[in-house]
Amino acid sequence: MTGEARRPPLMLRAKLRRALGGQAGWSGFALQVVLVVALAWIGHEIIDNARDNLATQKIASGFGFLWSTAGFGVSQTLIPYSESDTYLRVLLVGLTNTLAVSIVGIIFATIIGFMVGLGRLSSNWLLSRIAGAYVELIRNLPLLFQILFWYLAVLAALPQPRQSINLFDSVFLSNRGFGMPKPIGTEALAPFAIAIGIALLLVVALRAISQRVLFATGRQIVIWPMVLAALIGLPVLTVFIFGKPWTLDYPVLRGFNFSGGMRMVPEFAALAIALSTYSAAFIAEIVRAGVQSVHKGQPEAGASLGLSRGDVLRLIVVPQAMRVILPPLTNQYLNLTKNSSLAVAIGYPDLVSVFAGTTLSQTGQAIEIVAITMAIYLAISLITSALMSVYGWRMSRSMGT
Amino acid sequence: MKSATLMLTLAIAAGWTAQGASAQTLKTVKDRGVLSCGVTQGLPGFSAPDDRGNWAGLDVDLCRGIAAAIFNDATKVKYVPLSAKDRFTALQSGEIDVLSRNTTWTLSRDTSLGVNFAGINYYDGQGFMVRKALKVNSALELNSASVCLQTGTTNEQNLADFFKGNNMKYEVVAFSTADEVVKAYESGRCDAFTADISQLYAERLKLTTPADHEVLPQVISKEPLGPLVRHGDDQWLDVVRWTLFAQVNAEELGITQKNVDDQAKSDKPELKRIFGTDGSLGEQLGLTKDWFHRIIKATGNYGESFDRHVGPGSKLGIARGLNQLWNKGGIMFAPPIR
Repeated sequence: MTGEARRPPLMLRAKLRRALGGQAGWSGFALQVVLVVALAWIGHEIIDNARDNLATQKIASGFGFLWSTAGFGVSQTLIPYSESDTYLRVLLVGLTNTLAVSIVGIIFATIIGFMVGLGRLSSNWLLSRIAGAYVELIRNLPLLFQILFWYLAVLAALPQPRQSINLFDSVFLSNRGFGMPKPIGTEALAPFAIAIGIALLLVVALRAISQRVLFATGRQIVIWPMVLAALIGLPVLTVFIFGKPWTLDYPVLRGFNFSGGMRMVPEFAALAIALSTYSAAFIAEIVRAGVQSVHKGQPEAGASLGLSRGDVLRLIVVPQAMRVILPPLTNQYLNLTKNSSLAVAIGYPDLVSVFAGTTLSQTGQAIEIVAITMAIYLAISLITSALMSVYGWRMSRSMGT
Repeated sequence: MKSATLMLTLAIAAGWTAQGASAQTLKTVKDRGVLSCGVTQGLPGFSAPDDRGNWAGLDVDLCRGIAAAIFNDATKVKYVPLSAKDRFTALQSGEIDVLSRNTTWTLSRDTSLGVNFAGINYYDGQGFMVRKALKVNSALELNSASVCLQTGTTNEQNLADFFKGNNMKYEVVAFSTADEVVKAYESGRCDAFTADISQLYAERLKLTTPADHEVLPQVISKEPLGPLVRHGDDQWLDVVRWTLFAQVNAEELGITQKNVDDQAKSDKPELKRIFGTDGSLGEQLGLTKDWFHRIIKATGNYGESFDRHVGPGSKLGIARGLNQLWNKGGIMFAPPIR
């Protein structure tokens, strides 16, 4: 690893100094001031003009509408919501729904994408062809089409609630979604959670110790049996002492639909499946490019040291590939989050659907609502890429470059 | 995404260009040579392309009537199909001159959206459609049901009020276009489909076997539907409003598309005023003397339009009900032309 060490991405002082003229000195600084003033003036003109026009047209403006009662229902909410809540609450409901489907999508897209990408590079002919076919098929079909396919062709074909597919009387699959038992915490939940926390700390400590021993003596300690014992043993022990940490609330068919339990609506499932499989195809290509960018001498050197194939991949190839993978991977995460707004086509209540859709048409306050929505998407994107840069920086540091 | 981009463009356009578009709509339309009329994305009976691909329906007849009054040519209309949630922004931003799209007149819309309602061309109410196989006889038996609807409508809040008021639970599944609602309802995603009753009858025609579905008798709201224009242009409001009133008055006076030429020659003082052979009512509207004649010649009277598109003479087969004239048992009433 040659070249200059990478700067931490959030080093504010260096950034500030560069922003204030940088190499161009004071003339550069002056130019930037002029630009900022010009932009501020244009922004002011736009806002002023819009406000005048709204007033002459007698269109309500301002953000006061956020505190009036929404009065409409939403099919899936992660936070408590009822019709008598405010539009601000609707905004939060939409935002949490967008985040939920994006996070689930990102996790699965990453897992599938890495598996397919590495699979495509595999020396197994069948595996690499299947991975190749997956990539070519998925990334060449429009995303909206795929969402509608999952929603209308696959999930809508599930039976009605009364004939739902029943697994052990606890999981129910129907065209209204997936009903599952909902855990309700008891008094024993707290010790149980603490036990898991302690177990996790133990695992971290064990890892550190084993690494230290490895570096000091070259001897590898097998820690997985101890890890397993801590992770399973400790929580189980609390169950014996304090009793069950939760009871299960089972879904029961009552009237038209299931009540009780947890339910994942089919809109969420269709969107999450489509988003993660679609982005996975692109991530697979990114992973393939990243792995291929690592010089073949590197794994060969690893093999000659006597490392196993898995260790070569884990310790030598992937860390180097990650430097190539991370920037385009971040783009895919951003795309996935933004693409979740296609939810509106299948009635999943995401931010665009309930806030930039329903709320907008009920209040008519297009400018405010579009501005808030833009600001939120911008913030989500900036936060995502900031987290990814921090991750990339830590990773390159841990590699000792 | 397409609709999000549209919303953004329209929102910005509303901010920038509103002043130019807010006054003198009549002059703008005359100069342009064509009326821009916002309609639905396809609601049989109200605004939908017919067998030959021409827009037709009760709401479309109003657009045609206005075009006839201005240009003496009912075809000089550019139809702009709009979803429920995009319709107001399209009007505010000046993309359309008049919104004739089964829109419910409510206080908040009238006061906060920068629009004015020109009148009511259909008295409706919200109801429910269900599969006959469900054996539901009343909307009050819908506790815990999933209900599909189109977002951006008054239906959304009425539904919440109705279920809350009757202490019943429900799950709402909201889509942005009517066709998506129909698809979801047909696939069994929801137990009931809620919309204005006229719309339910119209959407039912799109189902594979319409006979398997029924519209429940309960009406849970008042939905007076009518055309609307931008706030702040009184002359244009008058043109739209009196086109509708002309159609209703024509029915009351027995003037039809067929007999309008003969009636125009009548010596009756009332008819002479209406047809412009006496006085200058048409010019006062900013139109021509024969404005009334032009409208009825092009679209027929309200009753004819109703029968042709939504009434017994149409596929929908909806009874006149409240939409019958005031002197025949309904509440359709137009101020006199004098």
